[in-house]
Amino acid sequence: MDWQRFRETSYNGLWKQNPGLVQLLGLCPILAISTTLVNAVSLGLATVLVMALANLAIAGLRNFIPYEIRIPVFILVIAALVTMVDLAFNAWFHELYLVLGIFIPLIVTNCIVLARVEAYAAKNDALTSTIDGVMMGLGLVWVLAVLGGLRELLGNGTLFAGIDMIFPSLSAIEVFGHDYAGFLVTVLPPGAFFTLGCLIAAFNWINGRLAARAARRPRPATPPPAEAESAAQG
Amino acid sequence: MSQDDRYTATRTAVRTAGIMLLFTVAFTAMMSLTYKATAPTIAASQQAEKMRLIDEILPRGSYDNDLLADFVRLGEVPELGLTRGGTAWRARRGGVPVAVVVEAVAPDGYAGRIQLAVAVTVDGRVSGVRVTAHGETPGLGDYIDPKKDRNRERPWIMQFTDKGVDDTPLARWRVGRDGGDFDYRIGATISARAVTEATGRALAWVLEHRDRLFAAPAGAEL
Repeated sequence: MDWQRFRETSYNGLWKQNPGLVQLLGLCPILAISTTLVNAVSLGLATVLVMALANLAIAGLRNFIPYEIRIPVFILVIAALVTMVDLAFNAWFHELYLVLGIFIPLIVTNCIVLARVEAYAAKNDALTSTIDGVMMGLGLVWVLAVLGGLRELLGNGTLFAGIDMIFPSLSAIEVFGHDYAGFLVTVLPPGAFFTLGCLIAAFNWINGRLAARAARRPRPATPPPAEAESAAQG
Repeated sequence: MSQDDRYTATRTAVRTAGIMLLFTVAFTAMMSLTYKATAPTIAASQQAEKMRLIDEILPRGSYDNDLLADFVRLGEVPELGLTRGGTAWRARRGGVPVAVVVEAVAPDGYAGRIQLAVAVTVDGRVSGVRVTAHGETPGLGDYIDPKKDRNRERPWIMQFTDKGVDDTPLARWRVGRDGGDFDYRIGATISARAVTEATGRALAWVLEHRDRLFAAPAGAEL
């Protein structure tokens, strides 16, 4: 895999085809678990792990999977991997496991995992597919992090609440002081929709600005091929 | 043999079924290996988690037996709100009964069942209460869990500690609004009411069945 391909895959996962903001796949965990930054990022990282492993496994096995039964095989592989990640979390991050609870097994039903396996890993080599899985996962992680951070900050006035479940020596930051009354709606399920809506709006606004700026910029007479491609993406 | 003969419906079915079977066997094997590898750690984590909870409601120094091993199973106990059974752990010091930790459920929380662990000493006092699982509204009713309570110095759940039937008759195990002795927070009475009354019922039940609880052999069903 060359540098250009890597950049393209990363840009797709982290920004252009972001699973949380553009593809809008995997909304179940996005909305349910993004009440605090720590929960959101933890579930996000578990999803990254599953996506990387699933893409690697499917891309590696793609020549042995008959086309007619590819979907059951994909689901089998994803379910097995999630079970293993679930057991690993239970064993080594037990407190976090108690919080994330039902949401780790639910990664199986997160459409973004099956979507990337079917759309990407089934047609590409193992290395590229793994990178695609990691980048798509990280795209979801940063959206989850912003969403969880915003909801926690506005709702509870804290950041990193529950960090002691992962690093016992650390504790939460009370950003607005101890007496912050809390803005309850952002922590409740409707708040997840409102906050995600605002994030998508901000994302589209930034993309609009970038496109406008790119259009204003005078085009070089003979652009080098690499730049032409990235301009087409923007 | 022509290309078409090799791809009859039967052959395709058998072939894909065989491949599917191979995948199933391979990935089930991987899952069982992971299960085998993690099972001891998971069991240890669960024991440690239980012990951490019990340490919060019953001082470690007050008993000297292996508390987690000295348990009795409870069947359906309506007084404790246990519809699917639960567990009681017995604390002893030099073989003499000290306290019981029982699982209890407050069925009437704002968002369904609130699961509790209540420690009751043999002299009829609540040594401590903790909420082990609940679905109360975040930021509103979840102060029943001291980890979520904003009042860090004196969390709400601590007011039960050291209360007994001699200073608080069972009729007064209610929140202040219902004529009881216990505080609640404005805007979330239901959660507090559910926990307070369930704790009172658990205290009464343990006192009533104290001798049977301690007499039963470890691991028995009461």
